[in-house]
Amino acid sequence: MLGRVPGPPAAIELRGVVKRFGAITAVDGLDLLVPSGVCFGLLGPNGAGKSTTMRMLTAQALSDEGTIEVLGYALPRESKQARMSMGVVPQLDNLDVELTCRQILGVFARLYRVPRAQRDDAVDRALGIANLEGRADTIVRDLSGGMRRRLLVARGLIHQPNLVLLDEPTVGLDPQVRQELWTLIDGLRAEGVTVLMSTHYIEEAERLADTVAVMSAGRIIAQGTPAELVEAHAGREVLEVYGPPAELAELEKLAAERDWRHRRSGPAVALLGAEELNGEAPDGVRRPANLEDAFVALTGQEIE
Amino acid sequence: MSAGASAVSKRSHRLDPAALAGVMTRDVVLFKRYWKATTFSSVVQPTIYLLAFGLGFGSLVSHVGHVRYVEYVATGVVATAVLFSSAFPGMFNTFIRWQFQRTYDALLAAPVDVEELVTAEILWISIRAGVYGLAPLIVGLAFGLTPEPGMLLVPFIGFLTGFGFAGFGVLIAAVAKTIDNFNYVTSAVLTPMFLVAGTFFPISTLPPVLRTIALFNPLYHCVSLVRDASFGIFAPRDLVSAAVLLAFAALMWRLSIWRLESRLID
Repeated sequence: MLGRVPGPPAAIELRGVVKRFGAITAVDGLDLLVPSGVCFGLLGPNGAGKSTTMRMLTAQALSDEGTIEVLGYALPRESKQARMSMGVVPQLDNLDVELTCRQILGVFARLYRVPRAQRDDAVDRALGIANLEGRADTIVRDLSGGMRRRLLVARGLIHQPNLVLLDEPTVGLDPQVRQELWTLIDGLRAEGVTVLMSTHYIEEAERLADTVAVMSAGRIIAQGTPAELVEAHAGREVLEVYGPPAELAELEKLAAERDWRHRRSGPAVALLGAEELNGEAPDGVRRPANLEDAFVALTGQEIE
Repeated sequence: MSAGASAVSKRSHRLDPAALAGVMTRDVVLFKRYWKATTFSSVVQPTIYLLAFGLGFGSLVSHVGHVRYVEYVATGVVATAVLFSSAFPGMFNTFIRWQFQRTYDALLAAPVDVEELVTAEILWISIRAGVYGLAPLIVGLAFGLTPEPGMLLVPFIGFLTGFGFAGFGVLIAAVAKTIDNFNYVTSAVLTPMFLVAGTFFPISTLPPVLRTIALFNPLYHCVSLVRDASFGIFAPRDLVSAAVLLAFAALMWRLSIWRLESRLID
């Protein structure tokens, strides 16, 4: 590890956390343990409670029930202490549009108590990580969406935190910027930084996360490495059956009767765990099961 | 030892000076970008009032008591300058940053809490208000106002008054539903406040009801203190005025933090 003081064994621990907004229960008895040094993906559809959970980790939302510990500090009482070693990359752009990249990074270097002698280096390093050296003195208003997102990431890393929270890091970005960010996040993993990443993009979770927790309706419904989740909930192979809607509807009825796990996958019906279906299933295309299948099987929700 | 590691070892207490400095740095950087416009509006408007009333009425009203009218108005307009350069930024900057730009969200993800955030914003506005309050005084000096050592206290009186009104502005921003609500405050609260404070005319000319109300107006106490300081007078009433301003500042400070916290933290 590059000079980081190792954190406690569990970077984040939530137990029985409940958060209500009036009549809506956004987080409904959440148990989550994120070990140190891991890239942890929190995968769930919109409305699952991911953003609320992220806000509770910075004490910008207060839980109604349950306990929260971040980097060994009890929240919300010791939240400010925890935030010293935490970086946050929010979903929504909250940059000062009137300031330049360098100015924003300079302000946050101060806020994160980076010692004065190291501030300039920290700013330069952050600009390098975000590939914004050439734009250091450009004001945010003149930056593209992708550059702004990179600046958001740089801002969260200015103080070399032990723990980074990423809330939907690549939503709305074009593929090239998305790849750049993925490389960046991968780099964090290599440095031993604990990353908690919330996303509704299956590919992102599959590609980057060591462990994935599937969140739905305010709680974790499954957890494991991407491979474990696939094996447990979608089997090893999937059989995709194509045909006109009427035939597919028939197939779904049959699958329901025979208790075959299945889902709609575009213009096809996909039968999960197809390796166990020898002979009984109709003709179709066999392919390996993936996290998307597992996700749909778990949450019952199709991807947008 | 990396930056992250050394930060972990620092314990943070309430109102951490490092947090206050960090938030204020942001204000200073923003100010550097817009200082001309900000200074212009904070200085020119009160000066225009001063010149218009001072010279306009000054030809009709030569003295108030034994003070030349121009000097009377110059010392009164200090309070106006302080009021408008503290209450308005308190209201508008806070509201805009919180509602539209979510920049406060960004700050609160760092090791800064709402108390530090509000305190830093108010401190910065108050420092500016204390300085801008000097502008009418300087114009007054140009019109023959006698320099007095007591005038050195004026920036501090301006700072204290500005602290209270900046806090008031933040409080309004925290409870307002839309930015249009501010019109009510400007018309129904701030405007009467700066008129019934002894700024352009003494309150002794007003009906008893208004005179009593004026005594509860922090701006009246600001005007009173500024006048006494500028003319080298020190009276027991100054202690009362200072106490009122302190109480107003403390009350607005705590109320603004309380209300903004309930808006920013879910």
